[in-house]
Amino acid sequence: MRIPLSWLREYTQLPADATAEDLMADLVSVGLEEEAVHRPSESIKGPIVVGQVLSLVKEPQSNGKTINWCQVRVVPEGQEQKLTGKGIDPSGVQGIVCGAHNFVEGDKVVVTLPGATLPGDFHISARKTYGHLSAGMIASARELGIGEDHDGIIVLSRLGLDPEVGTDALELLGLNDEAAEINVTPDRSYCFSIRGIAREYAHATGTTFEDPATRVTPPAKLEGGYDVVLDDRAPIYGVLGCDRFVARTVRGIDPTRPTPQWMVSRLRLAGVRSISLPVDISNYVMFELGQPTHCYDLDRLSGPITVRRAEEGEKLETLDGKVRELDPEDLLITDESGPIGIAGVMGGASTECSDSTVNVLVEAAHFDTVTVGRSRRRHKLPSEASKRFERGVDWQVADEAAQRVVDLLVELGGGVADGAGTDIGVAPEPVQIFLPAGFASERIGMEFSEELIARTLGDLGASVDRSESDFLVTPPSWRGDLETKEDLSEEVARLVGYDKIPSRLPVAPPGRGFTRKQQQRRRLVQALADAGLTEILAYPFVAKAANETFGVAEAGAPRPAVKLANPLSEELGWLRTSMLPGLIEVAKRNHSRGFRDLALFEAGLVFLPDDGPIGTATIPPLGALPTEDVLDALEAGIPSQPLHIGVILTGHDSPEGAHHTPRAWDWADAIDIARLASDVLGVDLVIAQGAHQAFHPGRTAQLALRTGEVVGYAGELHPKLLAAYDMPARSAALELDADALFEAAPDVIVSKHISTFPVATQDVALIVDAAVPADDVKEALREGAGELLEEVHLFDVYSGKGIDEGKKSLAFGLRFRAPDRTLTADEASEARASAVARAAERFGAVQR
Amino acid sequence: MTDTLPGVDVPDPLDEAAVTAAVTRALEQISEASSLDELKAVRLAHTGEKSPLALSNRAIGSLPKESKAAAGKIVGAARGRVNKAIAERSEVLEAENDARILVEETVDVTAAPRRRRAGARHPLSTLQDRVSDIFVGMGWEIAEGPELESEWFNFDALNFKPDHPAREMQDTFFIDPPDRHVLLRTHTSPVQVRSMLEREVPIYVLCPGKVFRTDELDATHTPVFHQFEGLAVDKGLSMADLRGTLEHFARQMFGQEAQIRLRPNYFPFTEPSAELDIWHPGAKGGPRWIEWGGCGMVNPNVLRAAGIDPDVYSGFAFGMGIERTLMFRNDVLDMRDMIEGDVRFSEHFGMEI
Repeated sequence: MRIPLSWLREYTQLPADATAEDLMADLVSVGLEEEAVHRPSESIKGPIVVGQVLSLVKEPQSNGKTINWCQVRVVPEGQEQKLTGKGIDPSGVQGIVCGAHNFVEGDKVVVTLPGATLPGDFHISARKTYGHLSAGMIASARELGIGEDHDGIIVLSRLGLDPEVGTDALELLGLNDEAAEINVTPDRSYCFSIRGIAREYAHATGTTFEDPATRVTPPAKLEGGYDVVLDDRAPIYGVLGCDRFVARTVRGIDPTRPTPQWMVSRLRLAGVRSISLPVDISNYVMFELGQPTHCYDLDRLSGPITVRRAEEGEKLETLDGKVRELDPEDLLITDESGPIGIAGVMGGASTECSDSTVNVLVEAAHFDTVTVGRSRRRHKLPSEASKRFERGVDWQVADEAAQRVVDLLVELGGGVADGAGTDIGVAPEPVQIFLPAGFASERIGMEFSEELIARTLGDLGASVDRSESDFLVTPPSWRGDLETKEDLSEEVARLVGYDKIPSRLPVAPPGRGFTRKQQQRRRLVQALADAGLTEILAYPFVAKAANETFGVAEAGAPRPAVKLANPLSEELGWLRTSMLPGLIEVAKRNHSRGFRDLALFEAGLVFLPDDGPIGTATIPPLGALPTEDVLDALEAGIPSQPLHIGVILTGHDSPEGAHHTPRAWDWADAIDIARLASDVLGVDLVIAQGAHQAFHPGRTAQLALRTGEVVGYAGELHPKLLAAYDMPARSAALELDADALFEAAPDVIVSKHISTFPVATQDVALIVDAAVPADDVKEALREGAGELLEEVHLFDVYSGKGIDEGKKSLAFGLRFRAPDRTLTADEASEARASAVARAAERFGAVQR
Repeated sequence: MTDTLPGVDVPDPLDEAAVTAAVTRALEQISEASSLDELKAVRLAHTGEKSPLALSNRAIGSLPKESKAAAGKIVGAARGRVNKAIAERSEVLEAENDARILVEETVDVTAAPRRRRAGARHPLSTLQDRVSDIFVGMGWEIAEGPELESEWFNFDALNFKPDHPAREMQDTFFIDPPDRHVLLRTHTSPVQVRSMLEREVPIYVLCPGKVFRTDELDATHTPVFHQFEGLAVDKGLSMADLRGTLEHFARQMFGQEAQIRLRPNYFPFTEPSAELDIWHPGAKGGPRWIEWGGCGMVNPNVLRAAGIDPDVYSGFAFGMGIERTLMFRNDVLDMRDMIEGDVRFSEHFGMEI
């Protein structure tokens, strides 16, 4: 909402020297947030004065144009030019070259004298042109930044103005006025008016306030006017689409009358341009009182007006020239010709006022917020009117607004108002709020006296009844947002000032600290960063194909995923089922910026719906606890969203340096990071040869819990996929279901008893088929060796010379120790032999 | 004397002067030895089996019995002096040698390679941890909820009327089909309702997390961002408690000089509602108030939706943007830096914030 200061000054004691900034500083304390300042004088500077064209000589030019060589008087005849400066003629008459032809000798015009500045940082000076010294410019509306008209210069008489020569044109055209723009929260629709802002300004500063609605006196009873029928057969939420319709008639308007400059200037500062006198008056009254009105060309209306819902298939050409398909929920203004407007949103083209309109029907109606909001959204027609109706308009002000329009049409348009008029509808029941004594003080945390509460609510326009120390409050008609005792408490605190609220730190009861899962998550993320990985946060929006590749191990297997109804881009219209597409995207971005050696990770949610439908057909109403069943159904409709860890490794493991050769990341690093993750959580991770369509078929580890539950994959990404994504060859990746790891972490770790007896170490090299996983052989050795085996590790894998084709040699180190004695060499050898025997039995392993 | 070295005079063991002369020769050579190798040669020459003193010592055996003691004394003392000198010289030379090796092993430590990648947390994630730590320190707990959420938790339970403008498609990511009432949460506030349903009063929880709005990414907007939401529900809580909590938090976050300001505002889920500004003394272009978030007293309808009696309990809630906090606290100028995952951004912060 933009507030021209001169307008506000009409109804409050805004100091003469107050700036838009001063006004905003005052309004912020009552909750109206500052947005911007609109100050034409920042881009336009005088001397810019009224001049009279004394003579005008048409001079055809060789380029085919004809220019006017004008002598323009810029000080009243007989007076001296008081301005001095380069190019200003002391005689008070300036010689000016002008290319426009819409004026004649004797016209009063706007002259920008040398030294003036126009919008666009355009400096005016005397300059040689077309063989003359042109000392200034006769200005058009566009050059002054006050309109689009560039066809000709401003002729003041056509604006209804006849000022004295030499008058300051900036003042005359309202260019010294300025506007403060504030942000109005959706609950305070009354602040979309000078009326509401003036009231708030008075609250904020304590100055006096005159209600603009009290300046007009509509007839006590309106009867016998234009026929209007309210016929809403399908109210939304049981609320009638229109519960008041005031119609007034003004005849004999002079369609040639211009809108006065003061009104044009205020409307321009308020953000709308001047269109025609009836439309400008309608807008002016809306800004002043907050009540949108509409002016119909009475002669283009046919028969009574009916306000009703649209019928299937009905159409309307709106003021913007577009034909709209109407929805049965749209509330329409109709006459016998059919629809002539979408209520509260936009009028129709067939009945709009034109420059030949002489008889006007003025509408000031009250429409339902939801009905207007839905129509506005449906037809994408945000307007100043719909903005106000959607948020709620004062039911009571309609007849005053209509009267104000009528008065202005009479005063400025020369029309005559009909004595008869229409005012139908039923006023809403006033809301009464019980405010118990002490409630506001308790809620705000500071002491308010009963007198203060009564006075403050009275200032708002509420009527306050006292019953003992409690209050029974009827909010004013323009405050539809006041419904509860909490609302009233806010009003008291707001007018007293939020800055007066004291500060008290409440003490929470002893808490449980971070949950175990929260601690696990933090430990895991920190461990990955400590290990040299860089955390990123990618968007969870992915392409369907990415989910089908990364989100499911088997190619072609179904991968249910969540689809957005209104994605930012159609391509990335799905929620991720895997962390890897986002990481690859970020890796590529880093590559393009010159960073090839990367180790990236992200911890985030993936969205894994099952085959069933998502969500629920209905949701419970607000303000009440749903039943357990309803809550369970809501929960069941929300897809599973486990926390996953994703890792991408490209290039090398460390920066290049003297004395150091960086190592290329490979499949084993991805597996090792999986081990790190399980290690920091104390989870036993089973690594097995795996298969996943996104990974290299021979270099994929399937990661599982001891229970067999698969919790992720690690290894080298599939070479074809890397090529398709334009990623470096051999890039490795890991994806792990972190929530599953958290679940699997042990609650209590039973201590291992440490033996201090000497160790006996033995090595063994076994030849097995190349396809046998080393980890399985190790497991067999562990089982076969029995309790004396303390530890076994693989230290070499060899194939080639000396080993048959299709075989490999695995070398293991075994460490034996007994809890209660020093082992003899025989005991250790015996355990080793039985370990080897088990490997031989299971995998045909032969000692090398 | 067939086993003498050529040119070596074997002193008569009873000739003290001759023995001393041999000693003097030995001492001279010992002191002249400039390396352990030279000293070794000198040692062999003067204490070896065929050295003059060794041979002289051996000659004692063939002396008459009465002379043996005197000769032994002379030769023994002489050999002792030589051995001692060798040991001393050896110690000196070894020390010199050790020192030389250390000097030779000198490296340029400034050329030490970085063998380990320096990892980094994302600053938004670190900041989220920092905020959580402050509240856990106050006895609050951290609550969580899903990012993909039922429309009821995101809107209705928070007292957004069915036709509230904020529910419009242009702000909210709805899930297809939209008539199934699932969306990407537009704020962390649904966790308020979940916390109240899951916990017993009194409740003091902080809910950090990711939220979604249909804004295109630019310098100041992103469709995916982070918030933290605070909720306290207890008997007798007031706006004063809200202010006290926010003040305490602001001081933990920005130092003891931090100040806050509350301005009236509107949110469907709080009444009264306020906008929270923070005084930023270090702001670019001079100290000023910066909008930090929204807050207020929990609307009774929200308590009712969670089955809490608003006539018995009251609550306050607040919510701030983590991106915004990072922007003004750490002077991040462009939202895109936080989103794009450029490693330079996170790595500059490292593990700290």
